[in-house]
Amino acid sequence: MSTSHRRQAAPRQEPALRRFDPQRLWALTRKESLQALRDPSTLLIAFVLPVVLLLLFAYAVSLDAKDVRIGVALESPGAAAQELAAAFSGTRFLDAGFAHDRRELAGKLVSGELRGYVVIPQDFEQRLAQRGSEPLVQVVTDGSYPNTANYVENYARGVVQAWRAGLDAAAPPQPVVLEPRYWFNAELQSRRALIPGAIAIVMTIIGTMLTALVVAREWERGTMEAVLSTPASVVEILVGKLLPYFVLGMLSTLGSAALAAFVFDVPLRGSLAALLLLSGVFMVPALGQGLLISSLARNQFLAAQVALFTGFLPAFMLSGFLYEIDAMPAPIRALTWLIPARYFVESLKTVFLAGDIWAVFLPNLLAMAAIGTLFFLLAKRATRKNLE
Amino acid sequence: MQAADAVATDAAGDGAAVVIEGLDKRFGPMLALHSLSARIHYGRLTGLVGPDGAGKTTLMRILAGLLVPDAGRVTLAGYDVVRDNDAIHVASGYMPQRFGLYEDLSVMENMRLYAQLRGLDAGHSAGLFAELLDFTRLAPFTTRLAGRLSGGMKQKLGLACALMARPRVLLLDEPGVGVDPVSRQDLWRMVQALTDEGMAVVWSTAYLDEAERCQSVLLLNHGQLLFDGPPAELTAQLGERSLRLENAGTRRRGLLSRALDLPCVSDGVIQGEGVRLVLRKGADAGPVRELAAREQLRLERVPARFEDAFIDLLGGGPGGSSALAERLPPVELDSDVAVSCRNLSKRFGDFTATDNVSFEVRRGEIFGLLGPNGAGKSTTFKMLCGLLRPTAGEAQVAGHDLRRASGAAKARLGYMAQKFSLYGLLSVQQNLEFSAGVYGLEGKARRERIAEMIDTFDLGNWLSATPDALPPGHKQRLALACALMHRPPVLFLDEPTSGVDPITRREFWTHINGLARKGVTIMVTTHFMDEAEYCDRVAMLSRARLIALDTPDALKRIAVGAGHADPSMEDAFIHLVESAEREATAA
Repeated sequence: MSTSHRRQAAPRQEPALRRFDPQRLWALTRKESLQALRDPSTLLIAFVLPVVLLLLFAYAVSLDAKDVRIGVALESPGAAAQELAAAFSGTRFLDAGFAHDRRELAGKLVSGELRGYVVIPQDFEQRLAQRGSEPLVQVVTDGSYPNTANYVENYARGVVQAWRAGLDAAAPPQPVVLEPRYWFNAELQSRRALIPGAIAIVMTIIGTMLTALVVAREWERGTMEAVLSTPASVVEILVGKLLPYFVLGMLSTLGSAALAAFVFDVPLRGSLAALLLLSGVFMVPALGQGLLISSLARNQFLAAQVALFTGFLPAFMLSGFLYEIDAMPAPIRALTWLIPARYFVESLKTVFLAGDIWAVFLPNLLAMAAIGTLFFLLAKRATRKNLE
Repeated sequence: MQAADAVATDAAGDGAAVVIEGLDKRFGPMLALHSLSARIHYGRLTGLVGPDGAGKTTLMRILAGLLVPDAGRVTLAGYDVVRDNDAIHVASGYMPQRFGLYEDLSVMENMRLYAQLRGLDAGHSAGLFAELLDFTRLAPFTTRLAGRLSGGMKQKLGLACALMARPRVLLLDEPGVGVDPVSRQDLWRMVQALTDEGMAVVWSTAYLDEAERCQSVLLLNHGQLLFDGPPAELTAQLGERSLRLENAGTRRRGLLSRALDLPCVSDGVIQGEGVRLVLRKGADAGPVRELAAREQLRLERVPARFEDAFIDLLGGGPGGSSALAERLPPVELDSDVAVSCRNLSKRFGDFTATDNVSFEVRRGEIFGLLGPNGAGKSTTFKMLCGLLRPTAGEAQVAGHDLRRASGAAKARLGYMAQKFSLYGLLSVQQNLEFSAGVYGLEGKARRERIAEMIDTFDLGNWLSATPDALPPGHKQRLALACALMHRPPVLFLDEPTSGVDPITRREFWTHINGLARKGVTIMVTTHFMDEAEYCDRVAMLSRARLIALDTPDALKRIAVGAGHADPSMEDAFIHLVESAEREATAA
């Protein structure tokens, strides 16, 4: 080797020490990007998984009860009973099948063919004549699907009441008529509420799980030891790791948003800029959490487990994505304040379904940034530039 | 390379590249390094030598600024490893024991990354890259992913990256492990060039032939410094205590075993047809002379080797009898041929890993498979023990055809894998029970066999420990116990002593020799050339082909003709591989 490239020597020369060096950061970022691009599983998680998840939430998961299959046991031959039965078949929310004996329907309920059935008993006309001293009909529902059961019960009650109201046309009209309007999601399609939330899940997977895995992988494969022995600082190593995954997460968000708007018909009522800002800020706690996990668990299996239980599952269950937070018991509700995805899901629903409402965004942005900063501080404390 | 001015001027300080004073390092209750003081100088290759767990890697990591000492002071190139930690990373180049580069990046991408991390301008380092690639002979492979390089090439790439910004001190942690002799020679040549320039190079190793080539060694044992100085000085301390029983032929194993049991003998190994012995300090050679006279063998005084002195300094090797072999009933086998293969080939896609290999192994023979990395040793081995299906050709083990009755063949063979394949989450007892169960031992037979293994291998105190908590020697015993649970007549050992220190290796070979004397056939692959000397016959593989098959002495004689006066097994190996490659390129 020649001396041409050699550092100009001086006695006891202080080596060029810089805590932060853009060139080193760039080198690490480039390396991480190359690795991410070459690893098929990364691309799978970033670009295929969102599509699968969105498809799943758009088509397979539905919280709406629509065309619920019920049975109507018409045991009374009377004209009034016939009319009531016809009322059941006239709704678009229930898909009613008819029978003359309740035993026929009971079997179908057990086998899962029906979610419930209504019995119009033999003495229906008599009961009707007694005017409410005895229940008119019996509603049997499948309690193993509590939501649907509730729905069938309420709806069946509604049908009977509406039918009776028509019967008592002579009676004085009700003084107050309630006409419900559902804001933001006028058709009450759960898809519209689920898809924005699914973006939060995707970002949690990329931000937390992927990051936790890639840092743990460096420890596991022994590459961390070699990098730590270079002048690169901890901040450079960590930021160099995060930048590519930040970009990956944002790209994935854009892709999901496009899919939501153009394929699944979810309106984006707010601005794209607001969506990107919210996503960008959500990446702070997501990446911070991944980093914290990986600095504590130095093997991939453990990191994946911890990320699953502290990142993915809470984002899934406690963020208000799938289950309404207001319906949770108080201690759990308190816990949700610690879940960054909670703020993101709320913001996402707002930006998609309502618009740019900064009164909602600002506190959420602040909360996500605060939790994120905390994660980063903890991660920085837990990562030292040695192997101790 | 020219003299390094950077290094020369710095040496004006107090002349030492590394100064260690009263260094202590503990991990929990374990004292990994204890009041260690030493100096390492510029322009010299310093070997850090010691058995496993001696504290070599801990010391290396402290020097590289990756671990913090508990007591004492360490400076490197004039910088304190704790206070001037950032400067340490600039002044030193460090190559960890495990390959630390990114396997999914190409050779060039790895080099560019390390150049930039070390503050070199990538745009202006084309010249430096060209030099390093030339130096490491990696130039033809710049676009290859690091993960696809052979073991030797990986180490050379690691060295290139550690050398990137001309460190004043180069720290290499066991660079020779898993590297075949040919690649190892390249590494030596490179390191030699660097020390000639004035760089301080620290090379840690458990290979004693490597230690012998260093200009100075630090010998560690249990975290303490036993010796500091040129290896020749340590060898000289031994004086004239090295002897050799010549031409012992087939009696050599029994002879070694008996000699090692003599109280006056501290160490002994098989060297081809002969048995090499080291006397204890101050002991009388009388009993050895008597033994030689009884066997009518010539006893020669031979020059001491570094290894003799090393083992002697550590208190001598283990005894000669294997309790295991003593208990084992002699092996019954119908045929005289225990393992055979004919025209065995294995292709992975268009890559041929094993090409038309044929040989026969006799009952009770120790048969070695040697070759450079990627020569096809492991593939051949795995086909012979039924783990891989040959593409063509046939193989038989203990009379069973592996293609037709691989299950029956597997029941007749024991297999000990490179990494010992013990279950880290099971205790020693559970590991033993598992292997007994997996070989179909039941009830009383099972209890008895397990008890026998525990007794034989002295595992009684460790039954509830996990394998990872065992000292290396015990861990190896446990692995051997598991492989021998069903008393197989054929034992396959895949690099059984890779990364194992010399004393543990000796104990291991005591058992193996004992087993061979009982008629167990041993198939072994190894990187350690001196271990090839234990083999009755050695098959050398290069580029998937069998290039030589003979006794160790006969193979060495081939190298004599090629200009080596007293060739070692390693010389013979390099000679054979190189001439095979010349033929291949000529053809």
